[in-house]
Amino acid sequence: MAEERRQKLCSVILPTESMKAMAESVGVGSLQEESCLALSEEVSYRIKEIAQDALKFMHHGKRRKLTTGDIDHALKLKNVEPLYGFQSQEFIPFRFASGGGRELHFYEEKEVDLSDIINTPLPRVPLDVSLKAHWLSIDGVQPAIPENPPPVPKEQQKTDSTEPLKAVKPGQEEEGSIQTKGQGANSAEVKGKEKMRMKPRSTHELSVEQQLYYKEITEACVGSCEAKRAEALQSIATDPGLYQMLPRFSTFISEGVRVNVVQNNLALLIYLMRMVKALMDNPTLYLEKYLHELIPAVVTCIVSKQLCLRPDVDNHWALRDFAARLMAQSCKTFSTTTNNIQSRITKTFTKSLLDDKTQWTTRYGCIAGLAELGHDVIKTLIIPRLSVEGARIKAVMDGPVVSNIDKIGADHVQSLLLKHCACVVAKTRPLPDMVDQYKADYGYLGTMLCSHVVKARAQAAFQAQTVNRTTLTITQPRPTLSMSQSGLSASSGSRTPSIIKVPSSLTLMSTRPGTPTQPSPPATKYIVMATSAGAASTQQVRVLNEFFTVVLLKLPRHLYHFRACLTSAEAKLQ
Amino acid sequence: MAAVQDGPMELDAEKEAKPEILSDGTSNLSGNTASGTLSSSPLTAAPAGGAPKMEDQQTLIAVLQFLKRNKLSESVEILRREAGLGEHQEGSQATDGSGGGKGDGDGGDANSLLSRVSITSAAAPQSMPVKKDQPDVSVVLSAYSQQGDPPLYQVYYSGLKNFIESVLDCHRAELSQLFYPLFVHMYLELVYNNHETEAKAFFDKFSGDQECYYQDDLHILCGLTKKEHLKGNEVLLDFRTSRFVLHISRDSYQLLKRHLQERHNNQIWNIIQEHLYIDIFDGMPRSKSQIDSMSGSLAGEAKREVNKAKVFYGLLKEPEIEVPLDDEDDEAENEEGKPKKKKTKKDSLGSKSKKQDPNAPQQNRIPLPELKDSDKLDKIMYMKESTKRIRLGPENLPSICFYTFLNAFQGLTAVDFTDDSSLLAGGFADSTVRVWSVTPKKLRKVKSAGELNVIEKESDDVLERIMDEKTASESKILHGHSGPVYGVSFSPDRNYLLSSSEDGTVRLWSLQTFTCLVGYKGHNYPVWDTHFSPFGYYFVSGGHDRVARLWATDHYQPLRIFAGHLADVTCTRFHPNSNYVATGSTDRTVRLWDVLNANCVRILTGHKGPIHSLAFSPNGKFLASGSTDGRVLLWDIGHGLMIGELKGHTDTIYALKFSRDGEILASGSMDNTVRLWDSMKAFDEVETDDFTATTGHIHLPDNSQELLLGMYHSKSTPVTHLHFTRRNLLLAAGAYNSQ
Repeated sequence: MAEERRQKLCSVILPTESMKAMAESVGVGSLQEESCLALSEEVSYRIKEIAQDALKFMHHGKRRKLTTGDIDHALKLKNVEPLYGFQSQEFIPFRFASGGGRELHFYEEKEVDLSDIINTPLPRVPLDVSLKAHWLSIDGVQPAIPENPPPVPKEQQKTDSTEPLKAVKPGQEEEGSIQTKGQGANSAEVKGKEKMRMKPRSTHELSVEQQLYYKEITEACVGSCEAKRAEALQSIATDPGLYQMLPRFSTFISEGVRVNVVQNNLALLIYLMRMVKALMDNPTLYLEKYLHELIPAVVTCIVSKQLCLRPDVDNHWALRDFAARLMAQSCKTFSTTTNNIQSRITKTFTKSLLDDKTQWTTRYGCIAGLAELGHDVIKTLIIPRLSVEGARIKAVMDGPVVSNIDKIGADHVQSLLLKHCACVVAKTRPLPDMVDQYKADYGYLGTMLCSHVVKARAQAAFQAQTVNRTTLTITQPRPTLSMSQSGLSASSGSRTPSIIKVPSSLTLMSTRPGTPTQPSPPATKYIVMATSAGAASTQQVRVLNEFFTVVLLKLPRHLYHFRACLTSAEAKLQ
Repeated sequence: MAAVQDGPMELDAEKEAKPEILSDGTSNLSGNTASGTLSSSPLTAAPAGGAPKMEDQQTLIAVLQFLKRNKLSESVEILRREAGLGEHQEGSQATDGSGGGKGDGDGGDANSLLSRVSITSAAAPQSMPVKKDQPDVSVVLSAYSQQGDPPLYQVYYSGLKNFIESVLDCHRAELSQLFYPLFVHMYLELVYNNHETEAKAFFDKFSGDQECYYQDDLHILCGLTKKEHLKGNEVLLDFRTSRFVLHISRDSYQLLKRHLQERHNNQIWNIIQEHLYIDIFDGMPRSKSQIDSMSGSLAGEAKREVNKAKVFYGLLKEPEIEVPLDDEDDEAENEEGKPKKKKTKKDSLGSKSKKQDPNAPQQNRIPLPELKDSDKLDKIMYMKESTKRIRLGPENLPSICFYTFLNAFQGLTAVDFTDDSSLLAGGFADSTVRVWSVTPKKLRKVKSAGELNVIEKESDDVLERIMDEKTASESKILHGHSGPVYGVSFSPDRNYLLSSSEDGTVRLWSLQTFTCLVGYKGHNYPVWDTHFSPFGYYFVSGGHDRVARLWATDHYQPLRIFAGHLADVTCTRFHPNSNYVATGSTDRTVRLWDVLNANCVRILTGHKGPIHSLAFSPNGKFLASGSTDGRVLLWDIGHGLMIGELKGHTDTIYALKFSRDGEILASGSMDNTVRLWDSMKAFDEVETDDFTATTGHIHLPDNSQELLLGMYHSKSTPVTHLHFTRRNLLLAAGAYNSQ
């Protein structure tokens, strides 16, 4: 394979058209084919040479990414004047397009309105370099503080849970900190004895600090102080060291729901669901092992007949909505072909939805749960039921007054159905929207649905106008290191030897300690198309990108030549 | 200062030294010829006094022939008279030459003659550029001009390949070493002679067979398709001018020679004669793993003679300083309440340092600056601290404090700590150098000259008074460079800071006034690294111009130039005794240079990528080097042998450091980890018996996993620098990388 790659690299030569285009841009009108060929070979060689020199600067700059600055320095080495005015911290904003049988990379130069620049407020001044110290290891053991990566990475949590029999790796046995992957067969043979112990050693003993933390967090989560709760939830959502406590949290939540549903304690149920949400938001936790406890709890909060003491006044509907969203989220993240979470959940909901004796509260929960699962589910499972449900609602609304609670229930179900179905119908149903037609199709709810659909269509049209050309856009999520001050970090700080300054005092930032806030540039949009160079190694692509920088920038004028192709390519995309 | 030396004089001495090295090289060439054709031991042939003389004569004859051919009869006359050459000598040689010119594979005898002539003709032009000081590219390349039939190159090569694949296993590994240099030279020959398509076909067909660690060079090679390209390409010039060195056992070599002679495979034979240096040894052929561990550098392995020179790796005697013992005890009592136990310890420490190490250089081999009072105070501090040092070991790992640079958008490129761990300097890609104080003591400037005048100089606290309280701050920025700063180094007395930069200069900064004192210009290209001598005053720098330079702070010109690397010098380190300098390079070798005479005393090969970090063990016996291939290699300096290989890192190793007692080696890498290795065990396990020492064959145990004591991930911070405090706490530094 390596051979193939090399051969490919060998054959990379700039096309002769590029040479022609460049020649045109400097005023040489007609260039002969032979001279183009000779030129392109020479230019390709020089560019490779420069790219190789630039790599040196990358290595010494202690980076993994080649920058335009490296190219400039490499040019300087060769006594070539660097390219002025082309600085790019981020990606090189090259775009690739193909059209009319030609492939091209181009650098998008937007026309900038000066008044726009003048009128926009100045960006925030970037923060100055600052130094922050933390303990990477104390006497050979890595402390579980936010500055350090999670002690057990998510991948390993996953392998632990999915392949429990292989969990014991030789290196791990002696020291928790050494997680040696790729230990060859040799060491496995040598340590064959350890391998015999098949049961994974996962201790769930919590240290004193962890116990304290657990106590504090759970108390804050269900306590009365909202500020404390927010802090605690934030900690659950971000702290990397919670792996050990996860089983406790899971039990806490499932038990809590069990007890509080019986006692109809709405507030506590809401708090518990927020804990579930926080756990799911934590990127370092692998929850799959605990779904058997969490999902029943969540589903209970969706479909339970009664969640509060006064069903006519309390807003338990919001809890159902919230829990339904949680359910949908966990379906999305955890559903696999083996556990079939989504289909099992869908079946459960549908079953009780079809049951005539189901109460309005449960009915509402089922519909909410289904609706959150996506448009397809709505289309196949809810819309066909619209007329039936409509009839049922009508019976309550128009019929003799049975009870106030039923009426409120029916009312909520109606608005829920309209809310979710309207946008789906708006997308699937062809125009025009005739009220009679809707009535025939959807029964009692038809009239209202029609008006909702019309509204939805209008809104969609409005949005389409504001969104400019609908190309597939990708916004690059900007990973940030978010740290929260947990109770744990304080415990390690006390062991600071006298000669070194206590780490925390060095931070110069005011808002959140330890978070490198970056002036975030506007989200970049890229047209995504398949490139033919997909097989090439990343380095190669990088080098290629860079060399196009050099070539194209030397001669910006010839880019205009490609403008026509660009617009045609974009038109195709639309 | 006693250590001040006469700069120009030293330069002269060095100039004298340089041609000497070169002539040594040529004598080796002749030695090799002799060994190749007459199959006598190279060890006896090389140092023989006759060889260089013979060589000279041959050169002269070659020049004479050249003159004759160009009808410069007068010059011929003069040259002949001056050289005292007889007519007959030249004549006999000339017949050989003509025979060689026509002869195209007449079997053994003609073959050997041919090769000898081609050597002389190659050597003749080579000696000329020495005077011109710069190798003339066309002359260097012209050695490729003799050509065979281009389409047959593939046949030649695959013929040899088939042969090597068919020989006995024990020889195959050794002979396989030939593939890469032969491949490169044959390819270059094709390119040089404008056979572009053949060259391409040749490359495509055989490049896949080469060892994976030559990938980088193959990348460069594959871009070369035209004769014109060869001219400016330094890597290829290096390849041409330096001979690729191979170690092959006598048996294997005989086998190869017999095969080539049977087949009349002159093309390959010529290349072997001209461009390769085959170091023949007696004894068992080496195994594949042995070969692999040593190969990988740009120019093959090191010749064995090169590493024969004696290296005084011992430490210098510590100057005797009367430690005010009572003071020490007072403090100990005050701080810890532990009375009087230190005294015995102190004595043992003192007696240890008084004994002269048999391997140590003479105390005044390199003139060192005299100790100032402040230095003595610092030494006392050091001794005090070292008594409180934690003894590290596999059971007792150091704590690691990580200094993370936040918001370093401009790019952190270099970091250094002072020896007492009180200051930290960072070099940045935006050309600035920043100094931080990591103790509560703030950084203060000295007052201006006017203000200093009014200070009473006799007062006891004058040193305190001269500082300007208003300027106190945690960090200071030093502006002056005009390119990224790639190396920073503190002087041992903490008064100065060195920084080297892309702009080609090394700058010396005062940490009293926080201004630039000197800009040392000499490297015209980026200076990748600089390092202060452990005794101060001297420093070394290395850069893209492929030389390392030794400077003294009070000379604006370098005292020594260490030339020999075939590519950029990427990192430079002083030996703890200040008599030697180690340099790592992009040519994938580590070299050790003698500061006294600028000789290269060790060439250490085995890395498969550019070397980016070096560290001497505190006892001066061992050297560790880390490279882009993610491996750390351990070397025994005395024997010039590789004694260990630490595998585990997945990216470039930018930081290496031994603990103060040398028991733990810490390595930091681009892969965001700090790893701790049991260096004691690594050093102990190696048996350097006489056999290994003479042959240079090593058996490396593959025990990286056992030696790895700990691995610590940072979140997203590559490790740029590591430092052990005097109490053996490990400090690490790097810039947080948000991507």
